[in-house]
Amino acid sequence: MKLTKAMMATTALTLAGTTAFAQDMADDMTIVSWGGAYQASQDNAYLQPYLADNPDVSAVWDESSNEAVAMLRAMDEANNLTWDLVDVTAADAMRLCDEGLAMEIDHDALLAAAPDGTSATEDFGDMIISSCFIPQIAYSTTNAYRTDVAAWDGAIPEDICALFDLETFPGTRTLERRPLNNMEWALICDGVAFEDVYDTLETPEGQDRAFAKLDTIKGDTIWWTSAAESIQSIADGEAVMGSSYNGRFFSAIVEQNQPLEMLWDAQVYDLDGWIIPAGLPEDRLNRVLDFVFFATDTQRLADQAAYISYGPARMSSAPLVSTHAELGIEMAPHMPTNPDNASNAFVQNYEWWADYRDDLDARFQSWLAQ
Amino acid sequence: MAEQMMAADGRTLKSSLNRALRRQKLRAMLLIAPLLLFIMLTFVIPIGQMLFRSVENQIVGNTIPRTVQELASWDASIDPLPHEAVYAAFAKDMAIAVEERRHTRLGSRLNYELAGISSQFRRSGRDVSDMGAVYTEQFVALDPVWEDPATWTTLMADPDWIAELAAWDGDGAEPAFVVSEAAQDALPQTADIYSDFARVTQETNNRSPTTVQPWNVVYAALYEDLTTGPAPQIDSVPAELLQDAATAAQGFATEDFRAAFLDSSNGWGDTRIWQTIQTFSAPYTAGYFLNSIDMQMTPDGVVMVPENQQIYVKLFIRTLIMSLTIMGACILLGYPVAWMLANLPSRQANLMLILVLLPFWTSLLVRTSAWKVLLQQQGVINDLLVWIGLVSDANRLTMINNATGTVIAMTHILLPFMILPLYSVMKTIPPSYLRAAKSLGATNWTAFWRVYFPQSVPGIGAGSILVFILSIGYYITPEIVGGTSGIFISNRIAYHISSSLNWGLAAALGTILLVVVMALYWAYDRIVGIDNVKLGG
Repeated sequence: MKLTKAMMATTALTLAGTTAFAQDMADDMTIVSWGGAYQASQDNAYLQPYLADNPDVSAVWDESSNEAVAMLRAMDEANNLTWDLVDVTAADAMRLCDEGLAMEIDHDALLAAAPDGTSATEDFGDMIISSCFIPQIAYSTTNAYRTDVAAWDGAIPEDICALFDLETFPGTRTLERRPLNNMEWALICDGVAFEDVYDTLETPEGQDRAFAKLDTIKGDTIWWTSAAESIQSIADGEAVMGSSYNGRFFSAIVEQNQPLEMLWDAQVYDLDGWIIPAGLPEDRLNRVLDFVFFATDTQRLADQAAYISYGPARMSSAPLVSTHAELGIEMAPHMPTNPDNASNAFVQNYEWWADYRDDLDARFQSWLAQ
Repeated sequence: MAEQMMAADGRTLKSSLNRALRRQKLRAMLLIAPLLLFIMLTFVIPIGQMLFRSVENQIVGNTIPRTVQELASWDASIDPLPHEAVYAAFAKDMAIAVEERRHTRLGSRLNYELAGISSQFRRSGRDVSDMGAVYTEQFVALDPVWEDPATWTTLMADPDWIAELAAWDGDGAEPAFVVSEAAQDALPQTADIYSDFARVTQETNNRSPTTVQPWNVVYAALYEDLTTGPAPQIDSVPAELLQDAATAAQGFATEDFRAAFLDSSNGWGDTRIWQTIQTFSAPYTAGYFLNSIDMQMTPDGVVMVPENQQIYVKLFIRTLIMSLTIMGACILLGYPVAWMLANLPSRQANLMLILVLLPFWTSLLVRTSAWKVLLQQQGVINDLLVWIGLVSDANRLTMINNATGTVIAMTHILLPFMILPLYSVMKTIPPSYLRAAKSLGATNWTAFWRVYFPQSVPGIGAGSILVFILSIGYYITPEIVGGTSGIFISNRIAYHISSSLNWGLAAALGTILLVVVMALYWAYDRIVGIDNVKLGG
């Protein structure tokens, strides 16, 4: 009996000893992203090269980014953190950071400098919208239209207001089933200047104005909840124009040869990037930091652009963006950040939406239900 | 009195029997104990916890306790803004909350009630650490020892804690700070906020109060304590320290916390914000339940939300009506199929049964998306109708992204839940009854209606309950094919769980749904009788 106890104690000690040494870096990672072509581009550009360099490491993807905030909150309450690195939009990153669910990081200390020595903070520039956010890409929510609509008599949509012009461009639209972006576009087409959009939207009259504008197309709109639905509707001819993410349109137009054309006017920029959940054990944290350092350097971000048409978040990556990995076409003209496309881009105000989202969403859903 | 029967061991037979029965019951309980435990742990407790969130509102009182206390005596009809003491208390509460990163959570909570609050909290969270700096500067200018964290621990800490700290070997966490009774008596405000400072420093920031200079609001509290009473005595520090500070404090420049907050974000000068905090300061609230029936709690009492934001009552009613429609459609479509299954020779019946079960083996999403392909305007059915010439190309039918789409897709998905109980009940109805009725002169219809149908009612009951209860909680299918007029209350619950994170409202909506279903079940039991429901045999 005593002997067994002693043996058990020694085993425990040895075990504790080995974990103490292995505490350097864990060998498993759970990375959370959005699935689809976007996750595939991350896998190709970041993870596979990293695993090639670190054969002992194994990583799994979890396609839960669209409910990341709720999941992280639940994990925090249950005190059981199973994720190591999470891909989220800028607005979600801000919310997670606010709530203390994401780790604050020192960008210069933890991320690689640009090849010419520019610090990470400067290289990412304005993209660092929160002290927890590690930017990866700039994408945009924008519109596209079918090029084969007979009823249009050869007219071509040139600006965002084509969405609201049922006379020149008859046919069904497809827009996202939430107020974000739609409210802004409605006001812009009602004659509000870009810089006044949120001031207007803050007032009940401004909201009435936006809803009145949306009323004009309400009966001709299919409201989507996932970006794939929108692409499917337009590709099937259910809708003649509508909104989605620019990378999805790119893949429909270029990779699947659908008769669509981009409408870049008043595209709404957004950012996407990593956050590290707060409270990771040290060994897992070390592994994640090691991966993030690798995955967000200048070359890796430029590599990702070979798979999907999202603009890399680092300025130093832009010149390195080359051609599509399979089709060999130049990627730059398809980037939301390309000067030709970005000439009239709209920048969303995350802070404003954090305040007004709940109220406007209630109103929007009630408006839809009427 | 009759003599009691005795068992062999000398006890009365009755008690002996009872014992045996009790043992049996206990054994039976033990057998189901694992299942009971499992259900409790994975079902009852989590659901109970989730439902509890619908009334829970402790976040306000827990995050800003001092403010809530000070605010209790404020009356908005007399003063449009709370007095300075509220702002001072708020500065203290915020200093703690910011360090613990809880202030924005509170901001999001209150934002559900009044749009715009969350950014007030976020903005002021950045500025609050500077509030009260004027006191820190003056104390330090008076005597530089005030800058030294050690001065503060000597002043505030319990001697036992200091001894414990000295004996601590540096392994694990530092012993939790204990404030001395002397400090609590002599400097109540300071002791109060300093204890919080020490706790946050140790727990959240993993540092020791012996090495960290206190926050500005601690100095502000010291100023308050020193100016309100006679110069206090605390034995652990030299008497002159507090004496001098108390004398000097009389002439100190003061901080206007209200001005500081207004300067940080002018929303703090809005009466409605303070009224909202006051209204929602109780640990439990009916607010979420009111929201779920399109009402809201305001400082002036309970009112309806503006008409253009009302949605939940409409969705509840729609959910019930559409679930009943789906249930009805399932009965109409399922009954003949079940009848055929029950009356065909078993070879054909088995084949048909497989066809009925087949959809069960296909992913729900695939089936729903297939309906999309079939029903959409450019879809298979419309193409066919146009090709036949039933509808013109310009007037293609709208069968999806509306209530019709939801009813069609969900009827298809839930149909097996109606057919199977019907089939198992019909299987037990002897065919000879129908033949007997006919041989006695009944028409086909009478024989069916008077003889067969009444016997199949328990199957209809079981199928209806299954289909109705399943459809009332469905959300994936309505989300995909429902458009705007075909979505259910569960879609809003899902939205509040995963997007808006308003879990309190989601819990309230869920509770109402649960209660409605249970009420309907009760009504069903009263009218039809639950004994008349048969899932089989």
